[in-house]
Amino acid sequence: MKRNNLLNIIAIIVFIAILFILNMTLDAYKLRIFNLAGIYVILGLGLNLVNGFTGLFSLGHAGFMAIGAYTGALLTMSPEMKEMTFFLEPITPILANIQVPFPVALIAAGVIAGAFGALIGAPVLRLKDDYLAIATLGFSEIIRIILTNTQNITNGALGIKGIPGYTNIWWVWGIALITVIFMVLLIKSSYGKVFKAIREDEIAAEAMGVNLFKHKMMSFVIGCALAGIGGALLGSLIGAINPLLFRFLFTFNVLLIVVLGGMGSITGTVLSAVVVTVMIEYLRVLDIDMNLGFIRIPGIPGLRMVVFSLILLMVILFYQRGIMGTNEITWEKIFGLKNRISNLITRRKAS
Amino acid sequence: MTIFRTENITKKFGGLVAVSNLNINIEKGQIIGLIGPNGAGKTTAFNMITGVYKPTEGNVFFGDEKITGLKPHKITKVGIARTFQNIRLFNELSVLDNVLIANHMRLKSNVFSSVLRTPDYVKKEKVIKEKSINLLKELGLEDVKEEKSFSLPYGKQRRLEIARALATDPQLLLLDEPAAGMNPQESHELMVFIHDIRDKFDLTILLIEHHMKVIMGVCESIYVLDYGVTIAKGTPNEMQNNSKVIEAYLGVE
Repeated sequence: MKRNNLLNIIAIIVFIAILFILNMTLDAYKLRIFNLAGIYVILGLGLNLVNGFTGLFSLGHAGFMAIGAYTGALLTMSPEMKEMTFFLEPITPILANIQVPFPVALIAAGVIAGAFGALIGAPVLRLKDDYLAIATLGFSEIIRIILTNTQNITNGALGIKGIPGYTNIWWVWGIALITVIFMVLLIKSSYGKVFKAIREDEIAAEAMGVNLFKHKMMSFVIGCALAGIGGALLGSLIGAINPLLFRFLFTFNVLLIVVLGGMGSITGTVLSAVVVTVMIEYLRVLDIDMNLGFIRIPGIPGLRMVVFSLILLMVILFYQRGIMGTNEITWEKIFGLKNRISNLITRRKAS
Repeated sequence: MTIFRTENITKKFGGLVAVSNLNINIEKGQIIGLIGPNGAGKTTAFNMITGVYKPTEGNVFFGDEKITGLKPHKITKVGIARTFQNIRLFNELSVLDNVLIANHMRLKSNVFSSVLRTPDYVKKEKVIKEKSINLLKELGLEDVKEEKSFSLPYGKQRRLEIARALATDPQLLLLDEPAAGMNPQESHELMVFIHDIRDKFDLTILLIEHHMKVIMGVCESIYVLDYGVTIAKGTPNEMQNNSKVIEAYLGVE
């Protein structure tokens, strides 16, 4: 136990050092992708808590990201900037002059997304499985439609431009790190066990004295709050948001990361968020012209998505429960692996 | 002292009366059987008692408290625990975690102190863990405590389900066909086991069972249901010779 704590602290220090080095060496493009990966880690962990650990099949993540993104944007933009952006219909006077520091805006994004999660969760979490999926999907679309039509708050379909770009490697990966630590502690706690129990068997969990509604709500609200924070970071990273950004496809992207990494695995989500985000970018090579020397393949825009889907198909075919399943990478396993490898080597040498 | 009674509980599903006017009266420390042919309404009766169904009519009392229509988790908190006819363990979780979850409701720590691991929470968690390990020890499951519950052999899964129910600190334990799928040797062990836990944990037990040997061996009193109606009640010996019971099980001569 002591050894693990020490190793955790060392790992965090090493991680911060790596962030420092990456921040110095990576160019703006690569840094941006790396930050995007960090945001996907936060979003993925939020969705994994709901879908993977608590077994609630929710497809409403994009809606809560949107709420977070808009909250973050409206709270950090300067009054002049808002006046310029809202040229069709002026912004409501209440929001016009508010400007708070970035961390406050992030917390507000989390809180407001969480509050909406509670509001929507109250009726929806009485449903199960596919019904829950459809209901959450519907609510997520409703949020998007409302955002499109509340012109004096969200600037409607025009979206918001000129969001101050506070997002940097420290904000993104700092919050990602805190999220990972939070998730590990949560899952290890009695509440985490109850979440898993609900996933395994609701009826039995209830018979064990677990208040189903309370715990489902808790998990859902935390997941939504993380989506909100991720959304706010994303808005600040891109600099411009509009309701179309938060269509179902966005939920699907996050869901894909969660499923690939393993439903119910924290380390799996972190790994797959980074791998998927980076890979989607690297596969861009496929979209442009390719010259193989003897043959020239004209660039087909969208080919990378085809290849990506194929890779996805393969993974799901061979690892039905994602790369990690419900397992985690732990220090014990790393040391176990080291011992096994050294055993293997000595056995090889002996024979 | 009457610890538990039902007053004319009735459950109707549309036009079907699954259980009608069931009156059960249990004294503290008794082991009571609930038997009847398939579809007689035994499990429906259990579900009404544990809050899965709300009785259409009638009331359920635990001690002096009326518990009719309470949610299942509240009924568990009051002190009634149950097992299921088809085992419902938390398959992917370890044996110890299965038992720990049953202690969650009495943990009384909020999510923040649990995540931040405040000294108060750590202390409570330690107490609960020790209590759970002791329980597993007493039920002979200590050696498998780190294994995933689905990997246990059938008999041990049944035992774990009972252990999990006991971890909620019940006064009344409802067992739904605990001997289902057991061979004669195992069901004999189960009979001893039921007596054991009754004495050790100061329990009152109500059980559904088809296995007549088990019923005759452990129950002090039996209720017989047929098509939702209580057709007889009395000691096992009386029931063996009761013409109505024989009729319900074997048909009319």
